[in-house]
Amino acid sequence: MINIKIDNKEIQVAPGTTILDAAKTVGINIPTLCYLHLHDFNITNKPAGCRMCVVEVKGRRNLAPACATDCHEGMEVNTHNIRVLNSRKTVLELILSDHPTDCLVCAKSGNCELQTLAQDMGIRQIQYQGEQSTYREDTSPAIIRDVDKCIMCRRCEMMCNDVQTVGVLSAVNRGFMSVVAPAFEMNLDHSVCTYCGQCVAVCPTGALTEVDHTNQVIRALADPSKTVIVQTAPAVRVALGEEFGMEAGSLVTGKMVTALRNLGFDYVFDTDFAADLTIMEEGTELLDRITRHLKGDKTVKLPILTSCCPGWVNFFEHQFPEMNDIPSTARSPQQMFGAIAKTYFAEKLGIKRENLVVVSIMPCLAKKYECQRDEFSTNGNPDVDYAVSTRELAHLIKQANIDFNILPDQEFDRPMGESTGAAVIFGTTGGVIEAAARTAYEIFTGKTLEKVDFEQLRGMDWIRHATVDFDGTPIKIGIAHGLGNARKLLQDIKDGKSEFHAIEIMACPGGCIGGGGQPLHLGDTSILMARQKALYSADSGKTLRKSHENPYIQQLYADFLGKPMSEKSHHLLHTHYFDKSKPAEINE
Amino acid sequence: MANIKISEQKVQQIEAICKDFNNEKGELINVLHKTQSLVGYLPAEIQEIIAKNLNCSVAHVYGVVTFYSYFTMIPKGEFPISICMGTACYVRGAEKVLDEFKRILNVPVGQTTPDGKFSLSCLRCVGACGLAPVVMVGDKVYGRVSPDGVKDIIKEYKQA
Repeated sequence: MINIKIDNKEIQVAPGTTILDAAKTVGINIPTLCYLHLHDFNITNKPAGCRMCVVEVKGRRNLAPACATDCHEGMEVNTHNIRVLNSRKTVLELILSDHPTDCLVCAKSGNCELQTLAQDMGIRQIQYQGEQSTYREDTSPAIIRDVDKCIMCRRCEMMCNDVQTVGVLSAVNRGFMSVVAPAFEMNLDHSVCTYCGQCVAVCPTGALTEVDHTNQVIRALADPSKTVIVQTAPAVRVALGEEFGMEAGSLVTGKMVTALRNLGFDYVFDTDFAADLTIMEEGTELLDRITRHLKGDKTVKLPILTSCCPGWVNFFEHQFPEMNDIPSTARSPQQMFGAIAKTYFAEKLGIKRENLVVVSIMPCLAKKYECQRDEFSTNGNPDVDYAVSTRELAHLIKQANIDFNILPDQEFDRPMGESTGAAVIFGTTGGVIEAAARTAYEIFTGKTLEKVDFEQLRGMDWIRHATVDFDGTPIKIGIAHGLGNARKLLQDIKDGKSEFHAIEIMACPGGCIGGGGQPLHLGDTSILMARQKALYSADSGKTLRKSHENPYIQQLYADFLGKPMSEKSHHLLHTHYFDKSKPAEINE
Repeated sequence: MANIKISEQKVQQIEAICKDFNNEKGELINVLHKTQSLVGYLPAEIQEIIAKNLNCSVAHVYGVVTFYSYFTMIPKGEFPISICMGTACYVRGAEKVLDEFKRILNVPVGQTTPDGKFSLSCLRCVGACGLAPVVMVGDKVYGRVSPDGVKDIIKEYKQA
């Protein structure tokens, strides 16, 4: 241990501790801006570029960035003397001098780290007036880049390259002209962007935001000729409460249903219903491939990869198109819901699909792109009309003057609101494959599962593997979250080194609970842990915990689909993948 | 990957350059230097070939290419014109000479005329300060250039 003094407090810290971390242990929060540390994932961004965290170190000529300076024996640090405060303020004023001042109408207002710093430091005027760097706005199906608001913290670049290994964003050009942009400054929708939205999730300002679909939803709700139904993804119910001041991990399913009903949706349904349906299709496909493999069929492709995550689908279509035949052909729950809603349910109501509007509430930005894909529409009418994020739902609720915290709990509507515990864990890494294992086990062995909790598949480690005993047949399962980790498993398959039968992949760290459309965690990963815990407790609180036991799913097959992998199922619930290793289109 | 418009032979040469540097990501700048001296410039398709061989993102390669002023994505003209902006040339009116080149050729610094004949760039001191202001066209040096003399220099090459 080494002895140091911060603001006259004597403390002992382990060698290698930064001044920033050392100060935190004695209740001193040095302000940061570019710095980002996702503790539970071991991800750190500290280019020491913004200089907000400068402190005075006795005996050192210049001020030191606290985030990137290690403590040494006998070090004396002052975090808020007049020299430090003046420097920090000057730095902030200089950043603000090249930043639009449209806070009142900025999508990030209230959640902006730059705005918060300016408030905390009492900036009341910007002394430095001069030229501002400007850049064109880039709108893709899911993400908007408004680079005028970029402060070059490079967090997005770190997520896109180091964590996701997608490699779309990089700092380009020099000096005043420098921006974070895709190669050749092409638009995002021409790049290999997966729309995972992790760049949006870590952006401290309004430079990266989601495409807002709330106005379209409000218009649809106001149109008397339309029947508007809504589906809610599992990860939304464990995060939405945070937007209303609740503790992370608050399970607000009942309040969310009431709020959606108050907003005017005609039917409030659950994506979890479609998750159960996904298990029926994907689980059957998994068993089919494994059974054929065990019988010695050499043409069968293993491992089978899950296909619920649209960011992940985009990733392999762009980067591993030669492996397009390995993932399950099952559509994601969002799209299965849409396909069933606009056929089965529209028929039940006796209305045309054009008069049924399907809205989905998603923790995800890639879902906005997914529902716009051509293959998920019939005669130009999409199966899912609008995908809005958890954050956008919170805005809708606030605009409708609903006091969320005192709402009573209500239940989802039937039939497409009924779901099992297996479906709700779809929202966390490990959940989809656990749900599949529960159903596949019972179908494969013909026996009842004694213990439905597969603890060996749970956790937050980047890559996990486990062997599940299917009554004497060992089934090897792999799990990865974060696309960089998915890449490792894909590369193993490509090199013929993979021994897994099935692999679950989710693009975002933590799975959907850490999606790009969720309430911002601002680097506090304990929030993700709390959301994960809440999903598992929602699962264990259910009577039915295996997808094939959902009575409304059984009825759907009996009345409409026939059986899993039937011709009708193939048409409505399965898809195919495209080679998108497309040429870069250069805007010259 | 962009449609390859450069010759298969050039592609192989670029791949050989990458290989000379063990396809190391950290050697990107060296690879770009060698490639630019081979091809003359670094168009998008070449950046994609390099990114693929060094196993890094195209965005990263583009980031490096746009950071260093030495690298260019625009092919040099048949007659590359460089105006010295070193101290001696500058105080003796190099900027006015440059402005005259820009006016007559109608291209900014770093660009090439649409017919591909002339490209315009600035450099720092060619070691001929006694002749300031100095202009170079290819390897040929012109000394004591005045704005009035610019059109004559261009005329020399227009007929070529």
